Amino acid sequence: MSLSFLLLAVAALCALSFYFGRQRAVALSGGRYSNLHSLPAHYGTYVALWCGLPALLLLLVWHIFQGSIIEAMIIAELPSEITGDSGQLSLALNSISLIAADNGQHLTVSPEVIDAGHRLANLQSIANAALVVVMLTGASIGVSLSYRKISPDLRARNNVERISRWVMIACSAIAILSTVGIVFSLLFEALHFFSKINPVDFLFGLEWSPQTAIRADQVASDGAFGAIPLFVGTLLITIIAMCVAVPVGLFSAIYMGEYASSKFRAVAKPALEILAGVPTVVYGFFAALTVAPFLRNNGAILGLDVSSESALAAGLVMGVMIIPFVSSLSDDVMSQVPQSLRDGSYGLGATKSETIRHVIFPAALPGIVGAVLLAVSRAIGETMIVVMAAGLAANMTVNPLQAVTTVTVQIVTLLVGDQEFDSAKTLSAFALGLVLFLVTLGLNVFALKVVQKYREKYD
Amino acid sequence: MTDMASLMEDRAAAKVISDKMHKPVDWDSPKIARNIKKRYAAERRFKIYGLSAIGIALLALFVLGFSIGSKGYSAFFQTYVQLEIHFDPAEIDPQGTGDPAVIGKANFDGLIKQALRDRFPEVTSRRDKRDLYDVVSGGASYDLRERVLANPNLIGQTRKVWLISGDDFDMLNKGYIDADVDEGSRRLNDKEISWYNTLVSSGAVEKQFHARFFTSGDSREPELAGIWGAAVGSFYTLLVTLALSFPIGVLAAVYLEEFAPKNRFTTIVEVNINNLAAVPSIVFGLLGLEVYLNVMHLPRSAPVVGGLTLALMTLPTIIIASRAAIKAVPPSIRQAALGLGASPVQTVTHHVLPLAMPGILTGTIIGMAQALGETAPLLMIGMVAFIVDIPGGALDPATVLPVQIYLWADSPERAFVEKTSAAIMVLLAFLILMNGLAVYLRKKFERKW
Repeated sequence: MSLSFLLLAVAALCALSFYFGRQRAVALSGGRYSNLHSLPAHYGTYVALWCGLPALLLLLVWHIFQGSIIEAMIIAELPSEITGDSGQLSLALNSISLIAADNGQHLTVSPEVIDAGHRLANLQSIANAALVVVMLTGASIGVSLSYRKISPDLRARNNVERISRWVMIACSAIAILSTVGIVFSLLFEALHFFSKINPVDFLFGLEWSPQTAIRADQVASDGAFGAIPLFVGTLLITIIAMCVAVPVGLFSAIYMGEYASSKFRAVAKPALEILAGVPTVVYGFFAALTVAPFLRNNGAILGLDVSSESALAAGLVMGVMIIPFVSSLSDDVMSQVPQSLRDGSYGLGATKSETIRHVIFPAALPGIVGAVLLAVSRAIGETMIVVMAAGLAANMTVNPLQAVTTVTVQIVTLLVGDQEFDSAKTLSAFALGLVLFLVTLGLNVFALKVVQKYREKYD
Repeated sequence: MTDMASLMEDRAAAKVISDKMHKPVDWDSPKIARNIKKRYAAERRFKIYGLSAIGIALLALFVLGFSIGSKGYSAFFQTYVQLEIHFDPAEIDPQGTGDPAVIGKANFDGLIKQALRDRFPEVTSRRDKRDLYDVVSGGASYDLRERVLANPNLIGQTRKVWLISGDDFDMLNKGYIDADVDEGSRRLNDKEISWYNTLVSSGAVEKQFHARFFTSGDSREPELAGIWGAAVGSFYTLLVTLALSFPIGVLAAVYLEEFAPKNRFTTIVEVNINNLAAVPSIVFGLLGLEVYLNVMHLPRSAPVVGGLTLALMTLPTIIIASRAAIKAVPPSIRQAALGLGASPVQTVTHHVLPLAMPGILTGTIIGMAQALGETAPLLMIGMVAFIVDIPGGALDPATVLPVQIYLWADSPERAFVEKTSAAIMVLLAFLILMNGLAVYLRKKFERKW
């Protein structure tokens, strides 16, 4: 039974319970609603909530645990020669799920695995049927209890409002939950990684080559997990991007805010915002297929050896992407500088540009610094442009014409395709993710602090 | 009295100072004139800097649009080759049963190859024949089968039929392969180009609107690849995202704006929302990989997982926009409702939310547009697989438009460059549509209280 069908069924049951709850309240009122404590719709909602919430909660809990419990049951039945080796185990589990989905006819696997596959299919269908039964039971218990409680004295509105309040609190708590989820999922795998690789080697090592042997008999390097080349590459591309985005963004914000006529602004401002709305994969394609060959060809004319995956191409395009971000943030900050400061400056005979340079800009400086920091954090976390336009080789260089790689590129390359959650190669992506998360979080918190402090000054 | 005395003293002091000061500035002196000229020049320069900054940004936008548009427009047309096909009854339906099952199994590929051999009888060697067969796409036989199934009377006749051409041939016809360069450094050899010229001179080559690009799924053959599969995947993903993030976001915003007491919990939630809005999208991908795939064992590559991941990403956008919209509803509305005896929840559901809805919807559409363009987190949860089938539901393996663009951009065939650009144009069209809708909503329902 598919998920969408289940959800539709729950919705239909809720609608039915609403109808019957309301009917019962109307019947009990004897035609005069003033006999009831609440409006009839409140009684209906009361029953519907008691029908839908238990069912949905059960569904959620069931789905969180079903996969791992069934897997544990399957593993428990497998012979020890398979479960002993984690590589073999994940291979066997893969074949088992293929067999269970009736796709495994071509596989040549041991009879135990085939048996396990059939058992998995069996368990899954049992689990699905059990889920339906459990959900129906939960819903019907809720409905019968609440339906029986309906009486003219039942404080249905208060009950419904109390429940909805808790639902709202739960929704707000999801923001906390997702932060906790991010921190724990990164930390868990990163600690796993640091149990294999010394954190000091990771943070300060100068060589990055994550290719490790998955099987013992494979010929491969031991793998080096020194992340400094990645940090240098990320920093290089970020600096190039900032060299484009900060001056262009700042000057366009100044022109937009101080010089432009309202007609010009009405055209140019949305046009700039289009740049912010273009998906990053489009910028990546642009960088890889238009900007990089352009730089390479022109570099060749000038006698420069420009790599076809140069940091410059990725950085320039990333800078273009960030222009509207810098410009709109600094526009906000500069428009908050009080008019009186401007008037004072004009009164002393300063020209517009002198006012901007000597009065408005210094007054807005903390906010602008905050905006630039936010832009830096965005550049560091940007993925698609660098995945498509920057290289994979972890070169330790600050030459913008050469290929460098970044933290995000490595995360993507390490996690797209085969994953082995016990090899340092796969786990290193989570360690990189943790570093990325902490750095961007730190930058954001700091930037918001700076901006807020500045705002308090003029409010 | 003392005040008066001190004032007089001040005045006297001021007089002394002004007497001691230099003589008044001579505003007509050449020095001042030079200085003013210099300052005005600096003013003009400064203005030009600002204007050129905007110019650079707009130029970048223009170059981006132009390079995508000029590369991509040709993908909406596809080269077709006209061949004289003999619908040989002995090949298609030897027993003359007229049974669609029998006709469907016939070797239509053989018919096309026969037609090509008849058209170019001088081609004899095995190698050349193989090259010749590449003039027509491998997908043409399916088209031919559809045609015969739709009209079985064709069997036994000889008809001129337009068949979809292979990708190299298509590239040649669109001018992307330069016939003048050295034979070794281009995709087609001299013979193939001579066949092309023969066909062109007999009027048997034509560009037609490429409807297949909009209706088919992914393929290894550029001329058969389409975006419909990715578009459907995007649709399911966004559906899941919307179904989760809209109600959760609005409820959270209502709580934080209307009911939440100022306490520690509320502060933590607000700080979290602001920080989540700035977390790099790829980190959400790592979260999705770990929580949805490793812990909850949801299916890989499924729009459900993509939607769940993107929902967490769009949540802050929706909450922030909804809070702003709810805050903009004036307190007098609430006071009026409360004064008439409505409960706080009734006040919100009957009055505040409907009035804030245009603003909330605008924010939601903008959040959805962001989610539609998002790629990186979906790479983490395996939505990069090569999927030919059109997904039939949110649990089927699927890919989405931006990931399709990424996959095609990585493909080596020259013909995928134009497909990529065309897919980008389609994606941008959707984004413009969504943002346009958001602007329209804002303009139409904007209220000044």
